[in-house]
Amino acid sequence: MIPGQFEYHRPTSVADAVGLLGKLGGEARVVAGGHSLIPMMKMRMAQPDHLIDLQDVSELKYILEDGDDLVIGAMSTQAEVIASDLLARKCPILAEAALQIADPQIRYVGTLGGNVANGDPGNDMPAIMQALDARYDLAGPNGKRQVSAREFYEGAYFTKLEDGEILTSVRFATPAAGHGWSYMKQKRKIGDYATAAASVMLTLSGDNCTSASVSLTNVASTPLYAEAASKALIGTALDANAVDKAVEEAMAIADPASDGRGPSAYRTKVAGVMVRRAIEAARERAAG
Amino acid sequence: MDKMHVKLTVNGRKVEGLAEPRTLLIHFLREELNLTGPHIGCDTSHCGACTVDMNGMSVKSCTVFVAQANGAEVTTIEGIANADGTLHAVQAAFAEHHGLQCGFCTPGMITRAYRLLQENPTPTEEEIRYGISGNLCRCTGYQNIVKAIQAAATTLNEAKEAAE
Amino acid sequence: MTEQAPTSEERVAKLQGLGCSRKRVEDARFTQGKGNYVDDIKMPGMVFGDFVRSPYGHARIKSINKDAALALPGVIAVLTAADLKPLNLHYMPTLAGDVQAVLADEKVLFQNQEVAFVVAEDRYIAADAVELVEVEYEELPVINIATKAMDPDAPVLREDIKDKTEGAHGPRKHHNHIFTWEAGDARATAKALDSAEVVASELITYQRVHPCPLETCGCVASMDKINGKLTIWGTFQAPHAVRTVASLITNIAEHNIRIVSPDIGGGFGNKVGVYPGYICAAVASIVTGVPVKWIEDRIENLTATAFARDYHMTGQIAATKDGKITGLKCHVLADHGAFDACADPTQFPAGFFHICTGSYDIPAAHVEVDGVYTNKAPGGVAYRCSFRVTEASYFIERMVDVLARKLDMDPAELRLKNFISKEQFPYTSALGWEYDSGDYQTAMDKAMKAIDYAGLRAEQKANREAFARGETRKLMGIGTAFFTEIVGAGPVKNCDILGLGMFDSCEIRIHPTGSAIARLGTISQGQGHATTFAQILATEIGIPAENITVEEGDTDTAPYGLGTYGSRSTPVAGAATAMAGRKIRAKAQMIAAYLLEVHDDDLEWDVDRFVVKGAPDRFKTMAEIAFASYNKAIPGLEPGLEAVSYYDPPNMTYPFGAYFCVVDVDVDTGVTDVRRFYALDDCGTRINPMVIEGQVHGGLTEALAIAMGQEISYDEIGNVSGGSLMDFFLPTAVETPHWETDFTVTPSPHHPIGAKGVGESPNVGGVSAFSNAVNDAFAHAGLVHTQMPHDHWRVWKVANDLGLNG
Repeated sequence: MIPGQFEYHRPTSVADAVGLLGKLGGEARVVAGGHSLIPMMKMRMAQPDHLIDLQDVSELKYILEDGDDLVIGAMSTQAEVIASDLLARKCPILAEAALQIADPQIRYVGTLGGNVANGDPGNDMPAIMQALDARYDLAGPNGKRQVSAREFYEGAYFTKLEDGEILTSVRFATPAAGHGWSYMKQKRKIGDYATAAASVMLTLSGDNCTSASVSLTNVASTPLYAEAASKALIGTALDANAVDKAVEEAMAIADPASDGRGPSAYRTKVAGVMVRRAIEAARERAAG
Repeated sequence: MDKMHVKLTVNGRKVEGLAEPRTLLIHFLREELNLTGPHIGCDTSHCGACTVDMNGMSVKSCTVFVAQANGAEVTTIEGIANADGTLHAVQAAFAEHHGLQCGFCTPGMITRAYRLLQENPTPTEEEIRYGISGNLCRCTGYQNIVKAIQAAATTLNEAKEAAE
Repeated sequence: MTEQAPTSEERVAKLQGLGCSRKRVEDARFTQGKGNYVDDIKMPGMVFGDFVRSPYGHARIKSINKDAALALPGVIAVLTAADLKPLNLHYMPTLAGDVQAVLADEKVLFQNQEVAFVVAEDRYIAADAVELVEVEYEELPVINIATKAMDPDAPVLREDIKDKTEGAHGPRKHHNHIFTWEAGDARATAKALDSAEVVASELITYQRVHPCPLETCGCVASMDKINGKLTIWGTFQAPHAVRTVASLITNIAEHNIRIVSPDIGGGFGNKVGVYPGYICAAVASIVTGVPVKWIEDRIENLTATAFARDYHMTGQIAATKDGKITGLKCHVLADHGAFDACADPTQFPAGFFHICTGSYDIPAAHVEVDGVYTNKAPGGVAYRCSFRVTEASYFIERMVDVLARKLDMDPAELRLKNFISKEQFPYTSALGWEYDSGDYQTAMDKAMKAIDYAGLRAEQKANREAFARGETRKLMGIGTAFFTEIVGAGPVKNCDILGLGMFDSCEIRIHPTGSAIARLGTISQGQGHATTFAQILATEIGIPAENITVEEGDTDTAPYGLGTYGSRSTPVAGAATAMAGRKIRAKAQMIAAYLLEVHDDDLEWDVDRFVVKGAPDRFKTMAEIAFASYNKAIPGLEPGLEAVSYYDPPNMTYPFGAYFCVVDVDVDTGVTDVRRFYALDDCGTRINPMVIEGQVHGGLTEALAIAMGQEISYDEIGNVSGGSLMDFFLPTAVETPHWETDFTVTPSPHHPIGAKGVGESPNVGGVSAFSNAVNDAFAHAGLVHTQMPHDHWRVWKVANDLGLNG
């Protein structure tokens, strides 16, 4: 219940934050909303010597359109994502996912950056970002770089983020108008991580599925971009065979842990059901 | 470990103190400021008994370091009553509709409801239940809490209309 | 022009007495953050205690090194068993006749068992110091399931009692065996089973859960060395019993101990027993001379304090082929964890489990319970269960449904066929309980009509046909539960807690200006006694409830009582309250007679006054009588107006109810939606309908949690899961359905106001209704019984095993 001791820093710019990380070394952690890190610190599962609080780095708080991309600053909260008119119009899957994260209090302070950066396999946004084929903007001592969300996750709590780097924003191509979308999450209760969850983004032209993107949450040590499942839908009429194939391909890559949510085989089955239902929901929303 | 000097506005008053950065806001409120309204009910940020209103948001004060709250405006249950000292509509409604039994979840629940009704002055029952899903209660089964919040919404909206 | 005198109805309404939905006096402080819970207490010089706990489920302690912890600035002491041994406090007696380690002595027996107690200037330093205590362990094999406890090669758990072949309740048949207890007639039951036309058998398990009140356990212990008085504020559901026990184990005279239960944030049975934290805090205060606060966190609460249930019940039910039950047999394997700290009355190591013939007229029955030790947290009785009544009721309600399957009979019809009839009350069951009153037929008829039971069954039939046609992937289930429970412990002749008879008490003093103070031996943890007991008194003595202060919880001032749990407050202390009120009224009658210069018998009581018979404008109100008692010298009467009653109930009370639950199961995921829940309760005379309804809402929500996902379990090496709110299922407002409540009133004939108590009924009946509903959803596909909890994956597995989700 009581965390270990640390020194506290509150920079006001990305440059300062990166500078501090570099100076303070390996036992320094950044904190965004804190609702992943602080519970771990209270259990003493994380014991950083230095905490770098990003709340005053206002350059990380924005949601805007940049040409053909949508860009969201890392310190945007889930509540801000939900309230964003721009996202509601252009990329509603984000609000649908955010509304299924945790509870109202946590959504007020939990950030998109925090949700995608720490590699917690239970977090909901990483798979969404993979379905959107998002790119993460990283800033570090050696300058800026970009890593694709589909490549960013290497293992539980293990990402391509290097020492001294922070994630500053996520960006992705604005989904086509009239696209279909769904985030289908089964959970034991509100606030729980997913027993299994599926994200589906697709576009239809008439009956023909012209693009599809399927990803899975919390059924492996990382989020999973289900490439084969996605391909199984493209160029089809989303008929029963195509959907069955997509479900089969998605389940084939799922490898969930057995835990209080159920045995691994069950959670894989649920992943399949979530994919099926997400495809159905996405299809209904798509304006062919 | 050196303590840091923190300054916040709590229930409308400027306060300050010395605390280790790791001091949880809930402990600072309860032990430094003697505001024992918000409670601790868990260790994993689930129960919401510690809910306060911070910078216009419902926040679980057990998951915030006082260092992070430096410079913030915080309202606890002790600051929810109206400026003239009368009970806020939410407080009165909880008593009127038996929305509490042991009282332990109540400060956090009322503080959350207070903000919920500002987010959404005319919530449906489903929206209320969803809106308080970060606050656990073991005694009431939530039904009378929902009733109380609905009643408070009506009272507040009628007062707003009367004022207009 | 004279004012109209208030009518009788107006005077009754002004009293806010028995039967009205009086608003609660407690709410003023709770809605403004001005409650006074244990962790709110702050005293000059107060220090903090925190525990070092075992990571292992079963291990020898090789060494404990306190040096690093003691070297941390701000650390005052680190206590281990070795420090408590000279005071003989390293073990403490439990409520079940066993002993429990206060700090682990040479070995640990469950994960998170208390090993050392760190005392420091503040709770942050204490937490840091806990990390610095170095303990070396040697792991031992673990018993994590009761069915393994009595294996011939099972490891010895309790080395401290391994030579004891006699336990507190009779001979022990194995080193991990605690007791065998039985009730009923084994021979008659065997005969009934052997000769029966139909016998249904089933293993019914009730998984380990935990009451999990929102406020965890804790205390502030303060030894005043100058005056020689020990005061402990704490989360105690039975403050007087704690005082007596504390005196016996510390050898401090009882008048020098004061126990105070301030506001308590929920109890549900979790706060009945004595925990190591209380003893360590008290010892630390005695040694240091300053107040010591100990407040556990949630994980400690869930993994180390009194759990609930963990009963393996093997049942056989015998019946005629047209559904008349002729016999019932039950063997229970009871898992008590590492120490039997079960909070039962002394003579009942399995509580009142033998209420398990339930609402049914069963001529022959036999129950046998074997209690065993395992490497799990100690305890057993808790969680709104009234001493194992939740287990008993779940057992019989499932067995009746299992029998209904076997007979291919409707479960409601089978119940109606076997109810104890109204004419049979008072009814003595085959297991020895004398039920006070009941009218089951009326309650069931009312309930079945209210929910349109026939309509629901028709809807279910249509749903099953639609499922078979592939039109829906959801299956509808209807759960029926008709419980009779036993509360109000209890008659002193057979109910005691550690030798203290389970009477209760009320002491009333009326002030000169007509208001009053009453003190009780019970202690509310949210039940609203300050509101409801004033209502009982208002009706008895004619003083408005708002003019009556009700106090509980301070052993220096409250009369001795056995506390609040097992729904005993209304049956026992409520009775004492009524009786004390009647003593007040009896003296008031004599005072009124003196003032009116008539004989006592010439007066009659009218709401709030004594009136001369036949002369309605000659009366004295209670307020006038009160003043007179302080003002007049009345021959033969002492001044003042007060009374005390210690009430020894002649029997328990037997509330009952009819609950129906409708669920829709998503066969492909196992997600179960509770579509509707209807609860009809009969708790006899209803003191405050608003409070009763709130109790039912809350109890049903706890029942939902238990039936649908709550569980504390241990793996083969003793690691506990379900030990935090991440995994321990507490429903939010989203998972909790709307509750429909209803009632009938069948007063208890032996209770002064006919009230039976209601707090635990919803947990007793609720779990059965939910579980029966889930089982019923698959009955047509061949399911007889599936174990709780009915969480998603287990429900999915049932569907999968039945071939329903291809």
